[in-house]
Amino acid sequence: MNNKTKKILHSSEFYVGVIIVLFCLLIQMRSGQFFTGNNLVDIIRSFSIPVMFCVGELMVLISGGVDCSFPAIASLSMFVVCKYMENVTTSPLPFFLVAALIGLVFGILNGVIIGKYRFPALIVTLGTSSICWGVMQGVFQSREYPLCPTLLAVGKAKLLTATNAETGLSSDLPMITVFMVLLLLLGWFILNKTMLGRGIYAIGGDIIAAKRAGFNVFGTTVFIYAFSGMMAGIIGVFRACMLQAVHPNNLEGLEMTAIAACVLGGVSITGGKGTVLQACLGMLLLTIVSNSLILLGISTHWQNVVTGLIIIAGTAATAIQNQRNAKKLAVKLTES
Amino acid sequence: MSDYIIRAKGIKKYFGGVKALDGVDLEIKKGEVHCLAGENGCGKSTIINVISGFYTPDGGELEIDGVSYPKMTPQQSIAAGIQVIYQDLSVFPNLTVMENLALNMELASGRKFVSKKRFREIAKEAVAKINFEIDLDEKVENLSVADKQLIAISRALLNNAKLIIMDEPTTAITKKEVRALFSVIRDLQKQNIAILFVSHKLDEVFEIAERFTIFRNGKNTGAGDASELTQEKFTYYMTGREIKETPFVYEEKPGAQKVLEIKNLNLKNGFKNVNLSLGEGEILGITGLLGSGRTELVQALFGYHKADSGEIYIRGNKVEINTVKDGIKNGIGYVPPERIVEGVFLPQSIKENISIEKWDEWAGPLGIMNEKKIEEVVNEWVEKLRIKLHDINDPMNTLSGGNQQKCVLAKWLILDLNVLILNGPTVGVDIGAKFDIYELVKKLAANGLSVIIISDDIPEILSNCNRVIVMRRGEIVKEGLTKDMDEASLAEFAVAD
Repeated sequence: MNNKTKKILHSSEFYVGVIIVLFCLLIQMRSGQFFTGNNLVDIIRSFSIPVMFCVGELMVLISGGVDCSFPAIASLSMFVVCKYMENVTTSPLPFFLVAALIGLVFGILNGVIIGKYRFPALIVTLGTSSICWGVMQGVFQSREYPLCPTLLAVGKAKLLTATNAETGLSSDLPMITVFMVLLLLLGWFILNKTMLGRGIYAIGGDIIAAKRAGFNVFGTTVFIYAFSGMMAGIIGVFRACMLQAVHPNNLEGLEMTAIAACVLGGVSITGGKGTVLQACLGMLLLTIVSNSLILLGISTHWQNVVTGLIIIAGTAATAIQNQRNAKKLAVKLTES
Repeated sequence: MSDYIIRAKGIKKYFGGVKALDGVDLEIKKGEVHCLAGENGCGKSTIINVISGFYTPDGGELEIDGVSYPKMTPQQSIAAGIQVIYQDLSVFPNLTVMENLALNMELASGRKFVSKKRFREIAKEAVAKINFEIDLDEKVENLSVADKQLIAISRALLNNAKLIIMDEPTTAITKKEVRALFSVIRDLQKQNIAILFVSHKLDEVFEIAERFTIFRNGKNTGAGDASELTQEKFTYYMTGREIKETPFVYEEKPGAQKVLEIKNLNLKNGFKNVNLSLGEGEILGITGLLGSGRTELVQALFGYHKADSGEIYIRGNKVEINTVKDGIKNGIGYVPPERIVEGVFLPQSIKENISIEKWDEWAGPLGIMNEKKIEEVVNEWVEKLRIKLHDINDPMNTLSGGNQQKCVLAKWLILDLNVLILNGPTVGVDIGAKFDIYELVKKLAANGLSVIIISDDIPEILSNCNRVIVMRRGEIVKEGLTKDMDEASLAEFAVAD
């Protein structure tokens, strides 16, 4: 076996990929409904919003931090623009720009506090998260709210419709998935092709070494959180478009799903390691599991349990491997 | 142009009220290997930070290559040809060798985008400077410390370095790797690159340095040609006290029972057929290369590994040691080499660290601790071991390495030990504290404690142990009394194949 195939076989992407394929085949065998056009489109639909959040979370995780605030930032930005801008403009663009701006402000707040004072990211982002939820509920009196026609149209715009000949059910593939692909590509480009992206890895690897090497550690940290916040604002509005209504608390808890997806895909929770592909695979696995259990005849109540078990099993596998390596003996004895 | 790459005169640096540097001088000629020595806290790191532009001095003159710099930024220092290789090497473990070599250069030239092609060119140029062969696509975390060091050196050379500062480069690498490092240093010297070499080890200073400077408490205590140095002068300049080592004398009492006996002990991938005995009050040294099985052997005695076969006797009774708990129950204490990770709880108090092994005994009903008893015993040992501290309730990380090491010793000495095992007890410890630790161990042995010391430092073993064994590939290849041995032959046994 040459070096390259060995590397691929030892990568977490490979394992997660195999598990996904096996899982798909299992569902197909049991239900016969997995590889149907409408089911695949449904999976992409439920995959698209969470995986977009994963891009920002991925950058934060690689830098050695964690961002728990994006669902709150997304919800606040979404609610504010959807409620207050419906009579202002009939073009969708301003909605997204203002939402991005609100997200950016909170993202910069996170980044400055974490970058300047080196407070634990978990606590800082939990704090901003709490502030955002509070502002949304207290100041803006958030509640379920009808979506304005401009954004309804954005949500309805579709690339194609897949109809299942057998069941007669059909699903639309929304235009929003184009943005998803662009965002994933942007994430990949920043992380791999820019010095800024390599700086994110460098900070996650060794922050002091990064400073000595001449990376702008503060600026990079602010960028990471600002990017995550800004994208959260935009994605929040997309979420409303897809749901065709403004549900202010719909995103609660998604931070845990995004972190879990990244870690499951092989992104290091302690920083320094992770790729867009890994985050995508992790999220794909979680999406398929929660979308397809119903096809296996398992009650939706068990979805969370199964998701939880997969997360624990996935992280435990790596942890056990590391512990074994730590106590491994490797003295070369003389042959007798 | 000047003959000197660095001339620092009367440099002062204060942190609050603390005089980290109180008017020190440091002069390094072009192309010379210069040794800087001193105990922890003497101002070594501070002067390095001044020369590399990270600290602005509060007084004094700094001249680089004849140009005076009243205020200097790190960028100016790099531009003037100064490169620092820190003890932690400042490499990114999660990135490839290629990126580690190229990132600094690319940042310095203001690049915004990544070009793998350019990265590779820079990396190839860097490794070619010291004829260093390595897989450029390997992640740095998979490399040995010595390889990481060579990466740091070749990276430093990319910036047309005129002076490379190496902060204790030999502490974490083996003898063989030190030799390889020295040949790299000699090559650099031929290219007229000066090296400032920070080290505590006199034999290294003799071997590689032409001149030396020694600091103590932020002041110069000595400078001159390395050839004029002696061990006595060297330690005196560093510690300010005369340190006379007394060789350890041991007299076996005839007919006395052995404290520890090992018969045919085996552990797969650890060691094989080990036979060993230890008398009361004996100090046994174990040496050998890393990976010779020496650490695995003592870890098996302590119960961290379970031996596959063989017998262990403590004072004539056969015992089973399968877990660390068994080891402690049988009176075996182990001070690991990485005391920071394995031996102490840094944020916890000194008192708690010293008393932890006795908590079960000193807890009353409902698990409430007898604080008075704990403080009494802890204070007693702090005094006996002369641990320098402010208050036993301070966290452990307020102490220096040497004092932390003494606390770890105290933790074990509180127990009634049969055998105390010290694995690399003086790695990263100041020369003064080192001396104190050995004096203490010798005193403990004289009172009947049996001690096993594992060390790379053969002179240290020869002067502090009465008997020594050498391990190689998991086996004992040489055993004898230290008075019949010499350094060269012991080293030979450890490496011979």
